[in-house]
Amino acid sequence: MSANSDQGPATDGDTQWPLWEVFIQPKPGAPHEHCGSVHAVDAEQALLNARDVYARRNEGIHLWVVPTQWITGSTPDDMGPFFDPANDKAYRHPQFYKTPRGVRVY
Amino acid sequence: MLSEYLFRLGDDRLILGHRTSEWCGHGPILEEDIALANTALDLIGQANLFLELAGQVEGKGRTADALAYFREGVEFRNAQIMELPRGDFAFTTARQFLVSVFELLHLDRLQSSKHTDLAGIAAKAVKETRYHARHAADWMLKLGDGTAESHQRLQSAVDDLWRFTGELFEVDEIERALTAEGIAVDRGALRAQWRDEVSRVLTAATLTVPDDGFMQRGGREGKHTEHLGHLLAEMQIVARSFPGAEW
Repeated sequence: MSANSDQGPATDGDTQWPLWEVFIQPKPGAPHEHCGSVHAVDAEQALLNARDVYARRNEGIHLWVVPTQWITGSTPDDMGPFFDPANDKAYRHPQFYKTPRGVRVY
Repeated sequence: MLSEYLFRLGDDRLILGHRTSEWCGHGPILEEDIALANTALDLIGQANLFLELAGQVEGKGRTADALAYFREGVEFRNAQIMELPRGDFAFTTARQFLVSVFELLHLDRLQSSKHTDLAGIAAKAVKETRYHARHAADWMLKLGDGTAESHQRLQSAVDDLWRFTGELFEVDEIERALTAEGIAVDRGALRAQWRDEVSRVLTAATLTVPDDGFMQRGGREGKHTEHLGHLLAEMQIVARSFPGAEW
């Protein structure tokens, strides 16, 4: 019996099937949002499982599934250097600036 | 006899839906457990629509609930393949596959029925069924072309089920007349296409397509296997113990 060619990544020492992260697009034009994860042995099964677990109640119109191991995340140690410097830099938000007179505000 | 045709359509789904619901909490993995429950709910939802319409057409004031819970086994018109015990996961998968491929062809044509209510139900059900067929076909490939054990279990499930597939294509006077009126679908005409599609997937799954031999029949006339009575006893007991109860 041959293995499926589009088989997902193997997970060492884990008898569970590989994990996939699921992203759903709520409506046209909206960004895909992470909604959870599923176990599956390949991409087609991941997509079907994602549909059955996360898309049965009008949650969206499009799904992405991505092998969890192919996502690189920042670590808790990164929190300081990554995110703290933004705390005192309110000028990075557009709301920091006053709208000049004569500009129509929407 | 439109109501008779509608009983067949409704009962096929009600009985298979109930059988599938027996997997709830027993699926091989969480995701598949949810998928099986979803499929069961789709089928029972379709049964509700067909039986509600059957009750209206019949004109005796019977609701879908009355038809589901207060008929005896001999009054059920489902094909026998629907009532067979759920068996192992291979058996459930094989049945869902064989039935869904048929229903996809059937409902696709039923969307063009001259009976607008019937066409409307078919249009809704065909989408769900397309998913059932895809989901089941994926499992056919994985189990058939999987391990030696999964291959053997799936092959024997297909072999055991084969003699119950003939009934899906059976046409009697009632359906012949309804087909002539443009209301029903000629099931017999779907057989070649069904066989092609089923053979394509079975072959890809490294399984052997069984030969057409003796075919079991009788469900459309209320003749059932001994399994239906047990299923109905479980499905109907609450409604019959507490008639008219609501929640």
